[in-house]
Amino acid sequence: MAELKTKDVLFGPILYNNPIALQVLGICSALAVTSSLKVSLVMCAAVIAVTCASNVAVSLIRSQIPSSIRIIVQMTIIASLVIVVDQFLQAFAYQISKQLSVFVGLIITNCIILGRAEGFAMQNGPWLSFVDGLGNGLGYSLILVVVAIAREALGAGTLLGYAVMPEWYVPNGLMLLPPSAFFLIGLFIWAVRTWDPEQVEEEEYEMQPHRVREAF
Amino acid sequence: MSQSNDTIRKTLIVAVSLSIVFSVVVSGSAVMLRPLQEKNKALSTRSNMIAAAGVLSSGASNEKVSEAFEQFEVLLVEMGTGEIVTPEAVNAKSAEAYDQRAASRDMELSRSLEEDPAGINRLAKYRKVYVLRDGEEVTKIVLPIHGYGLWSTMYGFLALQGDANTVEGIRFYEHAETPGLGGEIENPEWTAKWKGKKIYEDGEWTDPKFALVKGGVGENTDNKEYKVDALSGATLTSRGVGSTVNFWLGDRGYGPFLKKVRQGEI
Repeated sequence: MAELKTKDVLFGPILYNNPIALQVLGICSALAVTSSLKVSLVMCAAVIAVTCASNVAVSLIRSQIPSSIRIIVQMTIIASLVIVVDQFLQAFAYQISKQLSVFVGLIITNCIILGRAEGFAMQNGPWLSFVDGLGNGLGYSLILVVVAIAREALGAGTLLGYAVMPEWYVPNGLMLLPPSAFFLIGLFIWAVRTWDPEQVEEEEYEMQPHRVREAF
Repeated sequence: MSQSNDTIRKTLIVAVSLSIVFSVVVSGSAVMLRPLQEKNKALSTRSNMIAAAGVLSSGASNEKVSEAFEQFEVLLVEMGTGEIVTPEAVNAKSAEAYDQRAASRDMELSRSLEEDPAGINRLAKYRKVYVLRDGEEVTKIVLPIHGYGLWSTMYGFLALQGDANTVEGIRFYEHAETPGLGGEIENPEWTAKWKGKKIYEDGEWTDPKFALVKGGVGENTDNKEYKVDALSGATLTSRGVGSTVNFWLGDRGYGPFLKKVRQGEI
C-alpha cells in the first residue's frame, strides 16, 4: 500500500470523500438533530470524539484482534465510548442531552464509525487512525453544520437562539421538519458533485428507451 | 501472526480482557459523573416545577431557577387527611430533602392501593406540596403528581391558582411515552390549553370533574371549563393523564389539603 500522508487522511474525508456526501452514510442522525445549530454542534463534538477514540483504540489492538470476532470487538469499543460520551453530556450539558435524547445512543449504529474502524483503523497505526477519525468526524460535522445553519435560519429565523433574519421574513416551519434535511443534503451533494465531477457515480445499468406497444 | 490470533484460546482471552477493560471504563465514568448528573436532574425538576406555576418560562438560567425556587414554601402533607407534618416526623432533614419517591417504595412510609386508577401501586403517606404566597394569602399551589400512561410512569407537576381549583399549568418532566404521540404531553402548545381550566364543580370538592376528551374542546362544548382536548394518537396516555389528575386531586390524594387551602387554614 502506498504511504498515506497525514494531510490527505485529514482533509480527504472532508470534501473529496465525505462520509455523508459521497458515501451517504449517517443520514439518520443528520436528519434528526439538525433543526437547531446548537444541538448539531454538540452532536458533531460527540461524533468526532467517538470516531477518534474508537479508531485509536481499534488501531492499538489491531494485531491482537482475532478476525472471527473483530466486528463485535469494534462494536464493544464503540458502544462503550458512546456510553461514556452520553454520561459526559448528561453531566455537563443536561438540557442538550435531553434534546438529543436517543440520538446520542444511536451514534453506536452510525455506519461512519464502524466503517472507519473496520476499513481504516484495522490496517493503520494509531496516529493515522486518529487523524482519519478526526477527518471523517469533521466531514460529517461540515454537512451537519451547513444543514443546521440553513434549517435554523430559514425555519426559526435564528442562529444559536439569536435572531438573524430581517423582520419581514416569515419563518418557514417546513424547514424544521426532518424532510427538509433531505432536500438540503440532496442539494449539498449536487453542489459537491458539480464542483468535483469525479464523485459522480457511474450508472449501474442503462435505462431502456420508452416504447409504446399496442394492447392487442 | 494473524494465524495465532484465531485460536479459541486467543479469542477467549481477547474477548474477556476487552470486556473487563471497557466495563471498568463505562462504570468508572458513570460513577464519577453521577453527582453532577443528579444535580442537573434536580435542577431540571425544579425548573419544571417553577415553569408549571408559570413563574418562569422553561429555559431560564440556573441562578434564576434557584432564586425563584426560594420563593416557594415546601410543605409535607399527609395524604387523605391534608394534615401538615414536620420533616422530623418522616426522618428528613428538611421538607425539601424528603424523598417521596423513595418513601413510596418504603413499607413503613407508604401503603398499597387496592383500587389504583393512576397505576402507582403504592401511595406515600406524606407528600410534598409547593406553595407560593403573597403576604399571608396563598397564590399558587404546585402538586407533584405521577401516574401510569401507556409505557411508563409519568412524573409531573400540576399547578393550581390560589382558589385551589383553577389550573395554572402542568408539566411532565420524566416519562417514556412514545415520542411524537404520547410524548406530546411535554408539548407547550398542549399544556397551554390547561391554563384556566377548573378541576372541581363549585361545592363538589371531593369529586374532581376534570376530564380529557376526544374531538376537541370548542366554544359550544358542554362543561368546557372542565375539559381539555386529549392528545390525538395517544388515547392511553391521555387516559393515564386524566386518571392521574383525578386521583391526585381526589379524596385519597391532595383533595383534603386543597379543602383546607380554600378554607384559609393553610
